[in-house]
This record gives sequence, structure tokens and C-alpha cells, in this order.
Amino acid sequence: MTSDMATSSTTGGLLGRPGAVAGASRPRLGQLVRSEWVKFWSVRGWVIGMIVAALLTVLLGVFAAGNASIGCQTSPNGPRLTGKACTPPVPLGPGGEPVTDSFYFVRQPLAGNGSITVRVTSLTGVHATGNGQAQAAQNPLAGMTKGVVPWSKAGILIATGTRVGSAYAAMLVTGSHGVRMQYNYTHDAAGLPGTVSAAAPRWLRLTRSGDLITGYDSADGKHWTVVGTARLTGLPSTVQAGMFVTSPLYTHMQPFFGGSSAQVGPSQATGVFDRVSLRGTWPAASWTGDNVGGGKYSPGTGIGGFHRVGVSFTVTGSGDIAPIVPGAAAGVPTTTFEQPLAGVFAGLIAIVVVAAMFMTAEYRRGLIRVTLAASPRRGRVLAAKAVVVGLAAFVVGLVASTFAIWLGLPREQNGGLVLLPVRLLTEARVIVGTAALVAVTAVLAVALGAILRRSAAAVTAAIVVIVLPYLLSVTVLPASVAAWVLRLTPAAGFAIEQSIPRYPQVDSIYSPVGGYYPLPAWAGFAVLCGYATVALVVALVLIRRRDA
Amino acid sequence: MSGTALALRAALRAEWTKQRTITGPAWLLMAVIAFTVAISVAAMAATGCPAGISCPVDTTRLSLTGVQFGQAVVAILAVLAVCNEYSTGMIRMTLAAMPRRSVVLAAKTCVSSGLAVAASAVAVVACVLAARLMLPDHGFTAARGFPLTSLADPGTLRAAIGSVLYLGLIALLSAGVAAIVRDPAVAIGAVLALLYVFPVVAAFVGNPLWHNRIERYSPMAGLNIQATTGLHGLPITPWAGLGVLAAWAGAAILGGGLVLKVRDA
Repeated sequence: MTSDMATSSTTGGLLGRPGAVAGASRPRLGQLVRSEWVKFWSVRGWVIGMIVAALLTVLLGVFAAGNASIGCQTSPNGPRLTGKACTPPVPLGPGGEPVTDSFYFVRQPLAGNGSITVRVTSLTGVHATGNGQAQAAQNPLAGMTKGVVPWSKAGILIATGTRVGSAYAAMLVTGSHGVRMQYNYTHDAAGLPGTVSAAAPRWLRLTRSGDLITGYDSADGKHWTVVGTARLTGLPSTVQAGMFVTSPLYTHMQPFFGGSSAQVGPSQATGVFDRVSLRGTWPAASWTGDNVGGGKYSPGTGIGGFHRVGVSFTVTGSGDIAPIVPGAAAGVPTTTFEQPLAGVFAGLIAIVVVAAMFMTAEYRRGLIRVTLAASPRRGRVLAAKAVVVGLAAFVVGLVASTFAIWLGLPREQNGGLVLLPVRLLTEARVIVGTAALVAVTAVLAVALGAILRRSAAAVTAAIVVIVLPYLLSVTVLPASVAAWVLRLTPAAGFAIEQSIPRYPQVDSIYSPVGGYYPLPAWAGFAVLCGYATVALVVALVLIRRRDA
Repeated sequence: MSGTALALRAALRAEWTKQRTITGPAWLLMAVIAFTVAISVAAMAATGCPAGISCPVDTTRLSLTGVQFGQAVVAILAVLAVCNEYSTGMIRMTLAAMPRRSVVLAAKTCVSSGLAVAASAVAVVACVLAARLMLPDHGFTAARGFPLTSLADPGTLRAAIGSVLYLGLIALLSAGVAAIVRDPAVAIGAVLALLYVFPVVAAFVGNPLWHNRIERYSPMAGLNIQATTGLHGLPITPWAGLGVLAAWAGAAILGGGLVLKVRDA
């Protein structure tokens, strides 16, 4: 009893709240958190460290964002412009997302319900072989080689109109992804596999019934399979329907040690259709050709046309009907919501230093013995430190990432880049997720500090496991190795910053610098949390077992 | 022998005794070798050149990937050599015994960078040997234009010697920063930020002018010394890159010496 009294008076003195511990010999977690919080904010260096972390995050992010600028010339002899004056007009799809919408469309109006059926017997094409080639305005096809790119498209399409960004549903054959049903830019479903040829033609059908469009495919024109259905809300009674061909940019990643070079260039495809059969009311009774969206901002060659020989239609087009993704393959300079967060790396280093010191300083000065005498339950001490540092880091991360994006995004847009907008919920996930990333990293650093007890070793370990893997992934490692590094190391947590989804139906250069991570946002964050948990458990075992 | 030389000799002996008689530096030196070789081996194991495609891989640079990791351990070694004395208060005794502070710092940096150079030499030779053993099995054969990695090749020799010098300069840089900030955690954070943040930011900077500036003038420009192919595509020539790092290291040591002189320990 006497010893209990002694302990409780020591505790009360340390915490400065004698009343709160009157009935208990050991402090509760809440009291420990409070005492650790007092330790944290009363050390000037640590508070300065947190402010430095926030400043580094914001300033480096804004610096990187402010350096993004594009240039252009409106006419060959006109003045050279830079920045916002050069931002190309970008159509928005029905979901509000920026889209590429350029293709050659051989169409007729369809009044009311009906269907269109065709047979595709051939899909061929040409594409550029590398950067800069075949871009000459006089002859866009110069220097191109034969070959169809994987997502070249030839098929049938029902759309609300020929305005770019219209709602649509399409059945199509592709260069190397078989038959697909796609609608409203972001939706994609697979049909029959294999490439199309005269020996293995593909039959495609779209039927419209009210707002509902159903896509079918068939290898023989007799046995039909439903590939998918699309509900296009608000579809007008008269729609445009017919055959289309388009072909996206040719992209090729040439990996080498020390980076990789992206080769991007336009491509063009030609499809051959026959056995065209129409049901329902088709008032025009003749076909019209339109190079939809084939202006100077089209990512293609701008060439398109069709000719008809008897029942056979040959259609040539270039461009794409797809969401715009970040990176060179978009055809327009883009930026993403999370791009101004480049400075988070620098901020993390400062946070890691403070978090590791918060633990190791106790060992350095021998304070740990006093702390553990006041609170013999050592796990609670560790927990209290993790809570205090985690919360402080979360607040710093939240404020810093909000400011970085708030100040950085307008600078990117003033530089002429097209911001790929995302939903408010995704924006919140990126900002709160970055704060959580900073917080969990800080907790990891506290745990490493408890394990290693030496600040230099703990700081190095934390930086090396979280910043170095990312750095190696974006600089020296080949893409395939980099993908595994960003799956297996704590750096996987940066996936929480990815705002634009990866569309399998769009070929692009999907790299971490472009904003793409190999794991989904929450899975990547879970990997980081897993490392932090394991480190905390090891720290708990060691702190209990070892003499302080 | 002049007074300075005698003082330096005595200081070097004192610092060498300190480093020799505690176990930390020995472990760290072994860690430098182990991590450098392990990361290089992992990078080589993960890189292959499948038959039928051309692989523009700089095999020498690939085999020295671990240096990017080993430098973090070298930084710990050098930072602790300076900061440990501040943690324990030992620095006051050292300075009482050797009042010429610049000599103390010179001795500390000489010993720690000497140790770093020795460990790096072992690690780099091990990496080159590992490359000889591993790379031919990964498709990098002489028949396809990748002769066996050898120190007899002038490019590889430059990369190897340069990598050793690079790690020695990292030790100098770290010791200088440590003398300025005195706290080991802050020092190591500052050094790793100098090394790792510039390349990450460069990756995000779209403006080619600034991208190029960061690549040329940040401390990690020194790693261009590892390049043996595509020298024209480098942001800065190999030796000039190492010179940039030497300038950073020199500035840090000068700053550290100045601060040590004018500040109470």
C-alpha cells in the first residue's frame, strides 16, 4: 500500500493532475497521451521540425507545379504564346470527365427503337514508330510503318449526336483485344477474343430500346451472344447510328537502366464492313461521313474517309473514343489533382526526424527510466507516443497537402495544363489520405526509434524504407521491377495519392511520376499500415523485454 | 615537423582510437558492404535481357545500384563520428585536449571518410565480381554486345573508382552537415534530404530548364560517374558530376569548421 501511494504521487506530479490519479496507482492511456503531448509541444526543435515539414511540402510542391508550362503558336508566323493561352479545348464526356472523341463516323439518323447489324472482315492500319516522326503537317503519314495498334477500333456506334463528348454505345473489333462493347468513354466489356480477318470475320449488332442499348457479337451471323447493355439516360428519340473507325496513339515504352523512353506517335486504321442490316425507322436512307472531332487537337493523323463498293464499306479513321489519361498518350498536356504533392517526400523526411527523435531522445537522456517508472505499463507509453506523433503528423500533413494543392493547381493550370477533374470524394481521399500517409510514416518512425534506440539509425531506416524505394522506382529501376518495389515496400502507401483510375482500354505510359501506382489506393495504404503495425509489435516486444 | 602537422597526427591517432575501440563503426562498415552488394545483386537479379530485343542497359551502372543505398549507411557512419561526442558531452573533453578545433574536425572527417573509402572499395569490387558472375546468365553476353564486366575496361574502372570516391565524398558531406547541426537525427535527415529529395522533385518538374538544373547541381549528380554508356545523354559529364558533389562536401566541411570555431561546444 505504501509503495502504491508513492507511485501515485510520482505520477501525479509528473502529469500535473494529481486529482485524476488519486484512485489509481497507474496512469490511464488518456493521461499518458496528455503527458506525451506536453513533452512534444514543449520541445522547441520538434515544433520547428513540424513547421519545416509543412513548409517543405508546400514550397517544393508549388515550385514543381509552377514549373509546368507549355508553349504554342497559333499560326506559323504568329507570336509564340505560353501558358493558359495554349490550353487546348477538351471535350467532357457524359460523366464530366475529359475525353478524347475523334473518329470517322459513317452514319444515318435512327428514329425510335431499332437495330444495326454489320459484319467486319478486316482491320488494318499504320502507325508512327517513334517520337516526333510523322508529325509533319504536310504529310502526317510519312515515316509510318504498317501495323494495327492494340486498341484500334472498327465497329458500330449509336450516339446522341456528332458533337464531341456525346453519350454513346458501341460494339467494336480491336487490333488485339478482341470484340468489345464500350459506352460513355469509361465503360468496357469483352466479347469474342481473337483478331478479325476475312477468314474469321466478326458480326456485331446494337439494338436500341428506349434508353437501353444492347450489344451482341457473333462469329457466324447466326449464333448471337449478348456482350453487354448500356443505359444512356436521356437518349433522344432520334439518334445517330452507323459504322466508325478510329485508332489511338501508338505508345511504346523502351525501358533501359536509368529510366525509360516513351515513344508516342499517331496511328490510323482502316476497317472493312459488309452485310449491313438495319431494323426500325431510318429516315435518311443514305449514309453520311463525318470526321468527328478531327480538328487540330485530335491525337490522330486527322485523316478520315469512307468509300462504298456495292455492299462493302471501307472506312478509315484516326483518333480515339476514350477517357483522357495522364501522360504522353493523352495527346494533350495534362495534370492531376495530386501533382502538387511532389514536396510530400521532403516533408516526410522532416516528420520522420521529429518522430524518431521523440522516441530516441528518451533513451539518449535517460528520461526513459523516469517515464517507465511513472508508467510501468510500457506498451501504453509506446501507444501514447504513437498517438501523439501520429495526430500531430496527421494535422501537419492535412494542412500542408491542402495548401500545396490549393496553391499549386492554379499554377499548373496557368501553365497551360489540362486538369483532369475528379469527384469531390476522390479529392478528399487524396488530401486526407496524404495526411494519413504522413501520420502512419511518423508512427513507423516512432516504432523504429523504439526498436533501434539510436536516432541516426532510426531516421535512416525510416527514410530508406519509404523514400528510397520510390526514388529508385522513378529513376533507375526498369518498369517491371519498379512495379514490384512499389507493391512490396512501405512506399506502396503513396498509392493513396492516385486520383485517376487506370483504364485497361487505354494504352498509355502508366508510371508513378504520371500518377499511377501498381496497387489500388487503399491496398497500397494497407501495405504501409502493415509495416507500421509489424514495427509497433516488434517495438512493443522489445520495449517490454529489454532493460531501459 | 611543424606544429599543425604534429597536432593533426595526434588528432588523427586519437580519432582512430575512438573509432577502432567502439563496436558501432565496425558494424556500420560491414553494413555498408552488405547493403551495397545486396541491393546491387537484387537489381541485377531483377534485370534481364530476353532474347530477340535490344537492351540499352549500362551493365556497369546496374551492378553499382547498391551505392545509392550504401550511401545512407556511410552517412550514418560519418554523422555519428561527429555527433556522438555531442550526445555524451565528450566533445568538451576532446576540445579541451585539442583546442585547435579545425584540426579536430579535419581528423574526424579524415578518419570517417577513410573508413568509408575502405569499405566502399571492398563493396565496389564485390559488385563488379557479382556482375561478372550474374549478368551473362541474364542475357547480357559478349555476343550481344555486353562484354564481361571488368576493371580492365577504362569505363568500368572509372565507374568503380568514382563510386568509391563518391562514397568518400558523401562521408565528408555528412560530417560537415553533422558539425553544423550537431544532433545526429537532424544531421542524418538533412543529409538524406539533400541526397534523395532533389531527384524526386526533378522527376516532377516539367520545365526542362529547371529539371536539367536540378540534375546537374544536386549532390547526387556525382552518381553520373557510374555511367559507362550513353555519356552524351548525361545531364553532366561523369567527372564534373563528381566535382559538383565535391563542391557540396567542401561547402559543408567549411561551414562545419566555421561553426565549430565560433560556437561554444
